[in-house]
Formats: sequence, C-alpha cells, structure tokens
Amino acid sequence: MEYLETKGRIFDIQRYSIHDGTGIRTIVFLKGCVLRCRWCCNPESQEYAIQTMMVQGKPKIIGRDVTVREVMETVEKDRPYYRRSGGGLTLSGGESLCQPLFARDLLHAAKAIGIPTALESMACAKYEVIESILPYLDQYLMDIKHMNPQKHKEFTGRSNELMLENARKVAASGMTELIIRVPVIPTFNDTPEEIRDIARFADKLPGVRRIHLLPYHRLGQDKYDGLGREYLMKDILPPANEHMDMLKRVVQENSKLICQIGG
Amino acid sequence: MFTPGNYFYNGVGHVTVKYEKVLEIGYRGIINEAKELLNQCNFGDGDYATRSRFLQAVIISCEAVIRYANRYALLAAQMAQKEKDPVRKAELAQIAKNCSRVPENGAASFWEACQSFWFVQQLLQIESSGHSISPGRFDQYMYPYYKADLDKGVITRSDAQELIDCIWVKLNDLNKCRDAASAEGFAGYSLFQNLIVGGQNKEGLDVTNDLSFMCISASAHVFLPQPSLSIRVWNGSPQSLLLKAAALTRTGIGLPAYYNDEVIIPSLMSRGLTLQDAREYNIIGCVEPQKAGKTEGWHDAAFYNMCRPLEVVFESGYDKGEFIGVATKPVEEMTSFEEFYDAYKAQMNYFISLLVNADNSIDVAHATLCPLPFESCMVDDCMKRGKSLQEGGAVYNFTGPQGFGVANMADALYAVKTLVFDEKKVTMAELKRALKLNFGKGLDDVSVGDMAMGIIRGMQAQGVAVGSGDVAKVVAQIRSMDISDADKKRFAEILEMIDQVPKFGNDDEVVDAFARDVAYTYTKPLQYYKNPRGGMFQAGLYPVSANVPLGAQTGATPDGRLAHTPVADGVSPSAGKDVHGPTAAANSVARLDHGIASNGTLFNQKFHPTALSGEKGLDNFVALIRSYFDQKGSHMQFNVVSRETLLDAQAHPENYKHLVVRVAGYSALFTTLSKSLQDDIIRRTEQGWK
Ligand code: SF4
Repeated sequence: MEYLETKGRIFDIQRYSIHDGTGIRTIVFLKGCVLRCRWCCNPESQEYAIQTMMVQGKPKIIGRDVTVREVMETVEKDRPYYRRSGGGLTLSGGESLCQPLFARDLLHAAKAIGIPTALESMACAKYEVIESILPYLDQYLMDIKHMNPQKHKEFTGRSNELMLENARKVAASGMTELIIRVPVIPTFNDTPEEIRDIARFADKLPGVRRIHLLPYHRLGQDKYDGLGREYLMKDILPPANEHMDMLKRVVQENSKLICQIGG
Repeated sequence: MFTPGNYFYNGVGHVTVKYEKVLEIGYRGIINEAKELLNQCNFGDGDYATRSRFLQAVIISCEAVIRYANRYALLAAQMAQKEKDPVRKAELAQIAKNCSRVPENGAASFWEACQSFWFVQQLLQIESSGHSISPGRFDQYMYPYYKADLDKGVITRSDAQELIDCIWVKLNDLNKCRDAASAEGFAGYSLFQNLIVGGQNKEGLDVTNDLSFMCISASAHVFLPQPSLSIRVWNGSPQSLLLKAAALTRTGIGLPAYYNDEVIIPSLMSRGLTLQDAREYNIIGCVEPQKAGKTEGWHDAAFYNMCRPLEVVFESGYDKGEFIGVATKPVEEMTSFEEFYDAYKAQMNYFISLLVNADNSIDVAHATLCPLPFESCMVDDCMKRGKSLQEGGAVYNFTGPQGFGVANMADALYAVKTLVFDEKKVTMAELKRALKLNFGKGLDDVSVGDMAMGIIRGMQAQGVAVGSGDVAKVVAQIRSMDISDADKKRFAEILEMIDQVPKFGNDDEVVDAFARDVAYTYTKPLQYYKNPRGGMFQAGLYPVSANVPLGAQTGATPDGRLAHTPVADGVSPSAGKDVHGPTAAANSVARLDHGIASNGTLFNQKFHPTALSGEKGLDNFVALIRSYFDQKGSHMQFNVVSRETLLDAQAHPENYKHLVVRVAGYSALFTTLSKSLQDDIIRRTEQGWK
C-alpha cells in the first residue's frame, strides 16, 4: 500500500459535485497545467507553484502538498452517496497528468476500496503516462477543444496533435469509457463547422458514444483580478441556450454520438 | 425557556383519526356501535356516569354531523334546480345525492369517499380549533374506492385526479385564530394537515399505488401549501415515486417532506408500538410519527429553547436578576469543562421538569374542561373504554415537546471546551462579559431592558426601594455605557477565535459526536416522565418556525451567535456554519441519534435549482436522500432557493456561506462571487439552468 504515501499538490477538494461524470462525485483538483486557455475558469490551477490569490479582499493560499492517504480520507466520507448514485472520485485540474504518479496512485487508492474513478483531462502528456493510469480509470472525460492546430495554439498556447493522437490511442486501448467534452467558447470554437469537425473526429474513435458540449461561463472571472491578471475574455458573453441547442443538432446530424449540453 | 402555548388557547388537534371507519360504515354505523355499547352499560357499573355520558355525547355529535351534511344536500339540490348549464346541473345533483348519503352511510363510490373524507376533515377542525389534524395515509384508505370505480368503469383516472385536486384546494380553505405568540411560532398560518403517501403496510410490503402518484400530481396542480405532503421512503420504495416527488421539490414549493421508514419504525417500537402498528405510521403536523386511529400524541406539546439554560448557567441560576433555575457554581470558579457541562445539564433537567409540569397541567385541563366526543369516536379504544381521548381513551398516549437549538448548543459548548478549558485562550470572566455585551456589537432595546431589570431586581433584593425615576436612571446609564476600545478589540478577537473552532455540520467526527451528546441532554431526561393519560414523554428536535421568535428572546451565545438573532433550525447546522456542502452537512446531522427523538427531527437543506436540473439532477437528488437515510437520518426537506433568497444572500452573505451554485463543470460558493456575477446568477435562477 505504498501508493497511499505518494505526495502531490492540490488546490481544492470539492464534494457533492453533480455535473462532472456519473452520479454524486468528489473532485480533487490537482495543481499545474500545460495549457493556458484564455477562458480558463480555474486560472489558479495553471501554475504548479503555490500562489496567493485575493478572495473577497483577503489573501488565500492556493495549493497544498498532501499524500494520497490524506486525500482519500475526505474522498471516503461520501461513500454512501457514491453507492446510491454511481458516483465516485474525479480528478481534475489543471491537467492531472502533470503529476502522473500522484494521479495514478489516487486512482489506484480509490479502485482498491471500490470507489469508481473518473479523470477530466486534455490528454496533454506522453502516452506512456496515460497508459500507466488506464488500469485504474473507469471514465476518461477528455477535452477536445478544436481540430485546427493553429487556432488551438493561438487560444491555448499549444497545438493539438499530441492530444488528438492520445485520444485515438486511449480509444483503441478499450480500457476505459472515453467521453469527449467540448468547452464551447464564443469566438474560438462555437461555429457549426468547428463543432461538426470535432463531432466527426470523436465519432470515428472506437467505443466513444458520448459527447458533452459545455457552454462557456464567466464564473472564474473574479479570480483573474485576485491573481492580479487580466481577463482577456471580458467582453464575451456566454452562448445563448438556442445557440447551444443548434450546436447539439449539428452534432446529431453529423455523428451517431449521444450529445448532451453540460456535464 | 419554553412555551406550551400551543395547547393553551385551543384544542390539541395533532391527530389522525380512522377515516377508513367513516368511509366504511358511516356515522350511522358509529352511532349504532355507541348505542350497542350504551346498552351494555349497567347502572351499577363504577364508571357508569362518565361512560354513559361519553357515549351519549358521541351519539349527539354524530347525529349533528349527519344533519350538517344534509343541509349541504338540500342547498346543492336547490342550486341544481336553478342551474341552467346542464353539466353543472348534473354535478350539483350528484353533490346533493352524495351529501345525503355520506358521511351518514358508508361510501359507495370514490366521489362519495372524497365527500365523506372532506366532512370528517373539516368538522374535526371545527370541533376543537386544534391544528395538525392530519389526513395521514390518504393513498391507502381511499384506494379501495378508486380501484372499485375504475374496475367498474364508472370513473376515469382524470376524473379521480380532478376530485383529489378539489380536496387539495379545500384543504387550503380552512384557517384558525391564534394568539400572537403562537402565530409567530407557526408562521404563515399553516394548519399542518399532513398527508403522506407511499411506504409499507403492516406486513412490511411496499404499498405505493396509483393514488400515491396522483397525490403528488395534485400538489403540483394546485400549487398551494396545504396539504403538507409527505413521502415515506425505504429500500423498497419505487424509484419512480421518488423521482416524481423530487420533480415536485424542484418547483420550489417546499413539498414534499421525506421520511425514513428504517429509522421511524424501530423508533416507534421502542416507544411501545407493535411492529404492525409501527409499519403503518403516518406523520402528524410537521414531522411527528404515530399510528393513525390509535394515538393521542400531544405532538408539538411545547417549544423548548436549549440555549436559554446556558444563559442561566452563566448567571448561576439567575435570569434578569431573578432566581429561576438551580444554584450552580459561578462560572468563573469552574475548573473543568465537565463541571461546566454538568451545570448545563443541571439547569436543563430542572427546566425540563418545569416543562413537564406545564404540559401535564394543561393536559388535565383539557380532560376536565373540554373532552371531544366526536374526535374520540374515531380513535381506538375510546368507545370501548368509554373515555374521550383527553381522558386517556387512546391505545397509545404520548406527550412530545420539541427542543431546538441543538446546533447552537453543540457549537457553543464545544467552543467553551476548546477556548476556555483546553487551549485556555479565553477566560470564563471574559467570555461572560463578551456575551453580556453582545460581543461589543451594540445592545438593542431588549438587552437594555433585560440588563436594567437585572440591576433593579438586585437593588430590590438589597432592600432598596426603586421608584420609576430610578428605573429611567438605570436605563439611561446602560445606554450611555461606553465599551472601551480595548474591550471592543478583545471581543472581536474572541469572536474570531470562536469562528475558528470547528462547527457542527462539517463532517467532523469529533464535533459531531459532541453534538450527539448535547442533543441527549434534552432527549434522554424527557423519556422518563409520564403524562396524566398514562403515556410517556418523548422528545422531538424541530422548531416549526419558533427558532425566530424564541431566538429573539435569547442573548448572545458562545457559538458566536449575536443577541436576539434566530436559533438554528431543527437538527440542521447553524445558518452559514456548514461550509462543506450538502453531503458533509447530511453526514453530520445523521450522526445525531434520530431514533431517540421519536417525536421527530427536522433537517432542512437549501439548494439552488441548478442542483436539481435535468433528469440527472433528479437522480442525484434522490440518491442524496437515500444516502442520508442509509445513515439513519429521519427526515429531510428542501428549500429550492428563489430569487428573493439570493437577493437576501447578497445582502447578508454571512448567513449563506454554504450556498453553492452549480454549472456544468463548475460549482461556486455564491457568496464568494462578485456582485455582477451574482446578479447574473440571480437573473438566471428562475429559468432553471440546464
Ligand atoms: S486546460 Fe483547463 S485548466 Fe488548463 S488552462 Fe485550459 S481551461 Fe485552464
């Protein structure tokens, strides 16, 4: 049970999360991300370093180092809820794959005591890293943000080739339920054509049945001020319900995928 | 400290009678039974006078009911004659026919059963002006009539639904006069006519039926607060019933309330009910379980404020200068937390005994002055025993006064333990002064009045004659009293330290175990007391809405609660003190002993509509209820927050620290968002996010 002693860095644990994966879940947010998406609603997740963020006028330390054992103490508290709802542990971030051993051992610890697992990630890591966690992963909620490498790079800081390649490999492995998630961001990827291309790509991945369209929201905006950073998307409004419904129809017309709006 | 005012000014109510008996044999049948029993009486029997008088009273009141119904029959017939619209004319003719047949006779159709039910329900409230006359398991006793008509083809499901909807409207017609204090304690003029669906029969089988679902639909259709709709939940409850109930919760109507068979059945058995009777329980009023047609439960027998005895501990038995409790050591001289806690228990025990005396005195008054023959003829074994309910005629007799402020006392005592005795960061003298001066947050008129009263009584005790001029002087002195800056700073520090002490409601096993014990200071002593009807006392832990008016009479408490603000609601954590979300709060509350509070516990949770959106939202919501119940919680109800609540949260964020807004992929504590984002969410609240 060495895996219980593995250390890592998190910035939050959120219980009773009901819109991310199946059932009632506990989300552990790992610190550090490889991308720098302009719309990111968790900007405090991006740096691996421990930071200070102003929250309602008071400084708050973001990030703490913990062992798998410590995290699991909290995760286990909601076991009755997982059992009744089919929920469990979800790793999120940041990009959990930036802390591969810690991520793997958290998932391992959960599976070892019968708690279902899920991972929210954009698959931005070497495939060997992903491969090492797959045996402990029930659901992979994989972000695919754009099919065009240049545009992807412009808005997130990195091109998308590695991630698309990983998506194919994860799907081919058949070791986990792969679900594709698309954050729908006005001015970035909210045209019918852009969504259509992602849907067509996802549809070709073996075993993939579901796609989630997550409408952009501004709830993370205050945190940019708190970090002393500028929010580049200030003037962008969340997409209207009708627009989201239209994109959902586009997905349905261009793929056999089951499409839902929101997680 | 407590008020038994509920039963002081009017009938006790709080009963579920045997509706099924009236539906089956009518009041004519009951009159015949009474006559038969009267025939068996002999002049020489020891109880002849009381027994025969009671049975005669039953006959007279049932005859009156029959005559009353016939007046409706006559009126309806006259209206039918004048009516031009053929559809309405036929309806009126049918109503006339129904009212002439029931409740005198047994019901021969579903419509007649509905009519008969309504007469019983309405007349019970007229007889005594008691409230919480609860229809109970309506879906069970009405079902045979519905089924028979459906099978015969004389009614459709939608006809039946319309009749049920009509009853729901009628249940909102009734009201009663209350004294001013009770009107606050039962805010909103509710009559608490609790109607419950689903659950098990006496053999332990689930008996959810078509009517169970139709009752939920009726509440959604009429969208009025009555009846207080409840759902019984156990492992065998169909998921479809709970999903239907959850969809009603999502509308924000505050209905239904959910009850856990797995806690309530054994709990009632521990109070002497048979297994069969316990399985057939229903709920009275707010949250009080009992067996219909066999119980005089005196649920809601008093409000008991668990915070007040602690105030008396700080004054060594005095309150506003008057000795009202038991003499306990000055708090400054106490050297261990155990000593302090024992003093609290000593005051609790004493006030509980006073409460028992108050209730029992009122109980005797009801039996002597106002026995209710009509109500009694529909509860076993009144007729056979020849005694009214008030005289102890029921099979099961209880008195159930409810305590509240568990969360405040758990947090308060835990703060005293931690800061004064374990860590020694605050002295008892400092804490006492901080409480008296409301942590330096200003004294309102009530505080000034209380303090003046204390000083004047002290002067009088020393033999000083106090005139009205002296009173004014004392008040002026208190008002002009200056709290030094050093004091203010220290009080602020103390408040901050209290804030840092772990609180009940956050899934902290140590604090929760502590809270469990604090709840026992109320629930355990009570169960050893007897009432004049030969039954026992049993505690409830719920406040109706008395946590507001009685909180207004309570000074600052060591949990950091300021003077005269509301006390915590039921067994729920103090407002804004649970900051780890609904599962953590539910886990904490489930760690209390709900079984011993056999008169019911009340756990309220607030949700933003986003938490229940979509089909998945309902699934997860039902899972939350089931999981709380797996851990032996007894009752749960929900406020789905409205725009108004969110506006209030903007104005008073300290009360809403736990309010979470959920969007796909993201949850945020509402109070941590900036004003403009909060406004955004408020605007979207009514739309019910996807
Ligand atoms: S991948 Fe996610 S966490 Fe990383 S920057 Fe983009 S939105 Fe933020």
